[in-house]
Amino acid sequence: MSYVAIKGGGRAIAGAAAVTEYLRTVEGLDDPRAEPLKINAILHQLRHLVDRVVSEGGVYHPRFAALAVKQSQGDTLEAAFALRAWRSTRPRLCATPPLDTTRMRLIRRISSAFKDIPGGQMLGPTPDYTLRLLRLELMDESPDAFRAVARAWLDNCPEAQLPDSFPKVLDALRAEGLLPPVTGTRHSAAFDITREPLVFPVPRSAWLSTMARAETGSLLAIAYSNMRGYGDVHPTVAELRVGYLPVMLPHPITGEPTEVGEVLVTECEVVAMYEASDAGGKPMFTLGYGACFGHNEVKAISMAILDRALQKGMKDGPANPSEDPEFVLLHVDGVDSMGFASHYKMPHYVTFQSDLDRLRTTQQKSGERA
Amino acid sequence: MNALSHAQSGNAYNFGFLDEYAKKEVRRAILKAIAIPGYQVPYASREMPMGRGFGTGGLQLTLALIGPGDVLKVIDQGSDDSVNAVNLRRFIEMTCPGVSTTTKTAECSLIQSRHRIPERPLTSKQILVLQVPYPDPLVVVEPSENKRKTMHGEADYSRLLVKLYEDIVKFGEITISHRYPTRINGHYVIDPSPIPRWDVPKLNNSAALILFGAGREKKIYAVPPHTQAEPLAFSDVPFRVEDFRDAQGRRRACARCGCTDSFLDEFVTDSGGKTWQCSDSDWCEEQMLLARHRQRESRHEQDSRGS
Repeated sequence: MSYVAIKGGGRAIAGAAAVTEYLRTVEGLDDPRAEPLKINAILHQLRHLVDRVVSEGGVYHPRFAALAVKQSQGDTLEAAFALRAWRSTRPRLCATPPLDTTRMRLIRRISSAFKDIPGGQMLGPTPDYTLRLLRLELMDESPDAFRAVARAWLDNCPEAQLPDSFPKVLDALRAEGLLPPVTGTRHSAAFDITREPLVFPVPRSAWLSTMARAETGSLLAIAYSNMRGYGDVHPTVAELRVGYLPVMLPHPITGEPTEVGEVLVTECEVVAMYEASDAGGKPMFTLGYGACFGHNEVKAISMAILDRALQKGMKDGPANPSEDPEFVLLHVDGVDSMGFASHYKMPHYVTFQSDLDRLRTTQQKSGERA
Repeated sequence: MNALSHAQSGNAYNFGFLDEYAKKEVRRAILKAIAIPGYQVPYASREMPMGRGFGTGGLQLTLALIGPGDVLKVIDQGSDDSVNAVNLRRFIEMTCPGVSTTTKTAECSLIQSRHRIPERPLTSKQILVLQVPYPDPLVVVEPSENKRKTMHGEADYSRLLVKLYEDIVKFGEITISHRYPTRINGHYVIDPSPIPRWDVPKLNNSAALILFGAGREKKIYAVPPHTQAEPLAFSDVPFRVEDFRDAQGRRRACARCGCTDSFLDEFVTDSGGKTWQCSDSDWCEEQMLLARHRQRESRHEQDSRGS
């Protein structure tokens, strides 16, 4: 008699990998001109996928993010996971000083608080005001026309004299005394969630970095619960900016901060209704902050709202799930949550056998008692 | 070596996949866990290239402990050949060149397991690593980790005991099947991972070091060798393991090796009937060999008597 059910695991795994690879390449069966997806095509034409994976993967490596998108066949959870696992093999060599986001090379910046902001509103690339109608002409796009579009856009672009940097909307509010001044924690070292476990209560830098690499949908769902009524943030977007942020590191010899490259980031600052300070001072607006790698606006806004909600929870005690740091921070990581949801597909024969024993015993007992 | 050449050369990862700092950190957490039996030591769990929930906590322990001289056994549900066990073993073989693997409990120095402790008693030369989905037994009565930490510190398990008591009132039985809360060294109560009740007594006064790794929940804890481990129970309702007796009260035997003192898996056969087999595949093999050996000996005896 052979051993039941669990023999042949190795062959089964190889077979599953082979059929997955078959599905990735099946286009080649019918189309002799079928081509594999180029990393560059993913980087540019599926840029939001790459941005999401870079952000949730927690490491700024757009090319590897594109590779992860390719090998996971478009599954963002899987792709972010692969990038995160690659990250585990890298030692941490140094930390950057806090980066100044006023120095961002912007591609987009808006404020919903003021009609006119210092430096002006800049809509940039956004689908916000386009009609979500299917563009059927893209179904069969001609490569020549495709190549001509970007060139034509550049040719028609007026040479605007854009400044190198834009002032922050918040600075204006702060100057008016509507927002509290920046407190002195600016230079204290940030909590490194990749090297230290979260032991509650955690500092704000720990929750900000946890949310910065959180799964977009998870973050949105909890933030949305706060917006709809399980919370009371009522935010106004003081500023949302997307652009390339210079990354500074100390020069190895001189120690001078030196630009080593730039990362595409989305940053969002929300202000919420005022509250009186405990010491009987003036009431002020309160601030929520969100920032993440890549162009991910919904994520940055959700994060800013949750940052504000968590601050309230820490101050007054959580009145809603979105104000509870344990609830928010332990349930937004995509690698953790998707892994655990997937693990239920694994065999649970032993625990189920144990469950059967309990159920039969208690059924028997209840029969006896009746 | 840069990132790209790593990716291209395939096998160029560090021995044990993790960088050395990460391994050191895990080892420090292990030492602390051994020093405070049953205490859940938080650590910065790394992302591994397999899913959270598939044994990433156990895997990080294994990778931090393993050296080229080690002989490793990986089991899942008691079996060496279940898909997840195969997957983990392959990964370790790939990233730890020089390590040998085995399916024999008697021959290994390190065992990574999910949901089972081998039937064969472990020795002082062996370390057992168990994969843990939920490290905290108090999670059934208290959702906040912050509050649970205080309860553990004060050895305040009253709410857990009330839950067990309420079970008895409602069902006449404690309904916890696997993950049975177990008090270690008279203080901390642990979740011994989803091992069946059958395996809980094996924790008590074990000759081998038993380590628990929860990757997603970022905790490591230990039952050091020769440490007391007692499942929570009441003096008038003693702890019981799974019952494998049939309607007539006879202990069921493994349909394959005939063993009557192992944890059994229940199968529905194609004809609709039921059959039972050892969950521990190595144990089952060993019993088969023993039975064959005994048969041969008795035949030999008969032959020599007959001549």
